[in-house]
Amino acid sequence: MPDTGTSDAFVAFERVQKSYDGETLVVKDLNLTMPKGEFLTMLGPSGSGKTTCLMMLAGFETATYGEIKLDGVSINNIPPHKRGIGMVFQNYALFPHMTIAENLSFPLEVRKIGKSDREAKVKRALDMVEMGAFGGRRPAQLSGGQQQRVALARALVFEPELVLMDEPLGALDKQLREKMQFEITDLAHKLGITVVYVTHDQTEALTMSDRVAVFNDGRIQQLAPPDELYEAPQNSFVAQFIGENNTLEGVITEIKGDTCTVKLDGGEMIDAQPVNVTEVGERTRVSIRPERVEVNKDRLQEGAHTLKAKVLEFIYMGDIFRTRLSVAGNDEFVIKTRNAPDQVRLKPGEEIEIGWLPQDCRALDAL
Amino acid sequence: MTDATGDGSKSGPMLAADGTPLKKSLARALRMQKMRALMLIAPLLLFVLITFIAPIADMLFRSVENQIVSDTLPKTTATLGDWDGEGLPSDAAFEAAYFDIFLAAERKEHTRLGTRLNYEQTGASSLFRKSGRGLDDIGEVYQDQFEDLNGDWDEALPWAELMGDPDWLSEQQGWDEEGRQPGFELRDGIADLLPTASREYAIFAEFQQREENNNLLDEEPWSAVHTALYQDLAAGDMSGYSGPRAEMLQAADALVDSPEFETVSFRDGFEEIDEDWLQPDIWRTIKLYSPDYTSGYFLNSIDMQLTPDGAEARPDNERIYMLLFQRTLFMSLVITFSCILLGYPVAYILSNLPMRSANLLMILVLLPFWTSLLVRTSAWKVMLQQQGVINDVLVWLGLVADDARLTMINNQFGTIVAMTHILLPFMILPMYSVMSTIPTSYVRASKSLGATNWTTFWRVYFPQSVPGIGAGSILVFILSIGYYITPEIVGGTTGTFISNRIAYHISSSLNWGLAAALGTILLAVVLILYWAYDKIVGIDNVKLG
Repeated sequence: MPDTGTSDAFVAFERVQKSYDGETLVVKDLNLTMPKGEFLTMLGPSGSGKTTCLMMLAGFETATYGEIKLDGVSINNIPPHKRGIGMVFQNYALFPHMTIAENLSFPLEVRKIGKSDREAKVKRALDMVEMGAFGGRRPAQLSGGQQQRVALARALVFEPELVLMDEPLGALDKQLREKMQFEITDLAHKLGITVVYVTHDQTEALTMSDRVAVFNDGRIQQLAPPDELYEAPQNSFVAQFIGENNTLEGVITEIKGDTCTVKLDGGEMIDAQPVNVTEVGERTRVSIRPERVEVNKDRLQEGAHTLKAKVLEFIYMGDIFRTRLSVAGNDEFVIKTRNAPDQVRLKPGEEIEIGWLPQDCRALDAL
Repeated sequence: MTDATGDGSKSGPMLAADGTPLKKSLARALRMQKMRALMLIAPLLLFVLITFIAPIADMLFRSVENQIVSDTLPKTTATLGDWDGEGLPSDAAFEAAYFDIFLAAERKEHTRLGTRLNYEQTGASSLFRKSGRGLDDIGEVYQDQFEDLNGDWDEALPWAELMGDPDWLSEQQGWDEEGRQPGFELRDGIADLLPTASREYAIFAEFQQREENNNLLDEEPWSAVHTALYQDLAAGDMSGYSGPRAEMLQAADALVDSPEFETVSFRDGFEEIDEDWLQPDIWRTIKLYSPDYTSGYFLNSIDMQLTPDGAEARPDNERIYMLLFQRTLFMSLVITFSCILLGYPVAYILSNLPMRSANLLMILVLLPFWTSLLVRTSAWKVMLQQQGVINDVLVWLGLVADDARLTMINNQFGTIVAMTHILLPFMILPMYSVMSTIPTSYVRASKSLGATNWTTFWRVYFPQSVPGIGAGSILVFILSIGYYITPEIVGGTTGTFISNRIAYHISSSLNWGLAAALGTILLAVVLILYWAYDKIVGIDNVKLG
């Protein structure tokens, strides 16, 4: 994943470190390259360094060490207003004393663009986000979603090649957020711009991005397309952070090529795919996605593992059933089953057998 | 609507569940809440009413109140009512003035009136003081002659028998000097016989009984009563009188009618006291200020004066207040602008620093608040005076010659410097609290959109900090327009404010009416400026935090 120095890199972080107090590193040795036109999301819990990275790229924070390059040129010493990077802020940051049209016209004015040109561009940008009728209003007169569109239009109106977005949908309600997610990606692809998007919402990251960089503790834990991230997490943190996940702890007893055997703490032996375990005797955490667990014996495929389980809780969620089980001493083992006509509804207290394929079961570091 | 079956939806007012109009039941529900709120603010409300609103209202009232003239000189002002102001008033006016001033002198009110009229005409104070003493000379001419005729004329009881109702007299004689004195009543018919004397005796009796609480039967009448008696005897015939003391009265009548009886006219008597009484000026002033309410104080406050022909401007060398008002406004504006210029960068730094350093700096800003105002002002005196720190340093550096030290105090410069320093926190605090609510993301957004630091400040940051400047300016301007202590100490003669003049009139010249009028004008100016500010900037744009 760190393909430093590639010639087609549009944005590149090279060995970037950042410390605020001189004692601890907020960003530890960041290496990242992005080709032109990519939609990259920085995902991570708060304090993981993702926003700091974004701010360094925008120029509001300086890197303590390392280089940030834009289109092959180091931008470390270029002030933010000369970088030509569009930015959408978490609280939109629309200037409250200007109308919507004035807000959009602002970046064009400071670029000394002529009045008629300016008006045409502002109109086009507002039409692009379907806000053409609101040019004369003040930001305070718009709803959150409308302000969001205007903030987007303002970041795009001066036609930057790179646009940064810092949790832009954080303040919107769920439905609006989903609508805007779609609109933003649509717009980004249509305009061919490169986007760096910061969020702590994994669904948002998965649905919008070409690639997702999962941040934790100042480092990128994994940088991969969404499907790979979900299905092949590289370590326990990513597995835990992305989507729902069941873990069973144990010790490696044998590694043979792309399979290994794990002795769970409850004594059961299971097969798994070794990801970042190397030695026999190492503690491991085995991860299985809830939807990959099968409860119906007849549907179990060839070579599947089976384990005994006890039903603790059954939750009806409409499209799916969510069942909590006790498996190998873990009371938080969750499975998800589709609400199909032939699906069984498990009852609490029931003793059942569950199973999964060894390739769906990944042996990861024990954290 | 709480009741789906109710008919309220068809027409008429909305009804609550029990059928009462919704408005009414809502009002009832809110009443308790309102009552409780009122109870909570009641102590403060009372306190403010008693200690703040009422004194201010009283003070404002004093700026037009003028009852002292008509209260003290009721007969005179009535008589002067149809005087045209040309030449001297009629003898009746002198007579009325005699009786009015005589009573005022007994009440010791004539000097107060003199002081009041002295504001309008110089010399009135001493004129009235002299008259209080001198008016006895007129009455004593008559008193002495009556007394020579019959010693009873200078006794209390014979007068009481002559004037008083017999029932009252017996009651008064039986009074044990404890409890309430039986109120004097005129005898039937005496008012027709001796109209002036009975009137004056009644006034005398009222004064002794009610104001001094003396036993009327122990008090010899004033000489003014004898004067009145002479007037009645000269005008009327007492031969038909047969009541008490008829013999004594008829003898006195005979004396008055005899050619050797010595008389003195009121006009001559007043001339004897002071020749100014024969100048029309004092009479005009009395007539001019006889109404209960006057615009005189206000006219004085704007360098005008009341004349019989209406208001007119004072001569150039007597004008002072307009100059003071202009100076007060001008200096307050200069101080406000100085505070903006000095305070804005400080507030900006404060709001952009991390919390801990900001708090430390804030203490430095607030430090002056914890030092006495007098100490701060006196410190400026030490700094700015000719032998002071700044001048010494300049001389030592050779920038200023020793014999040409700068005058930086006891003038406008000193006042502006000291007051800017003292009022600065009032500018910084509102600015700071507004600036600290401006999110940094606006500045960042502006820069990310390509604006330079200056454009960002001027087009994005500054417009949003304007409410803080507005709040600070209003605060500083209104405080400085009424400032007193600092200009008093460092202002000298050219750096004083209108408030110093108001204080002078309150505590030194005791012309409270003028002080009240000046204060009222100052209040009006502040309100007008506030209104104008609201129109131009909008008071909604003012934020204190």
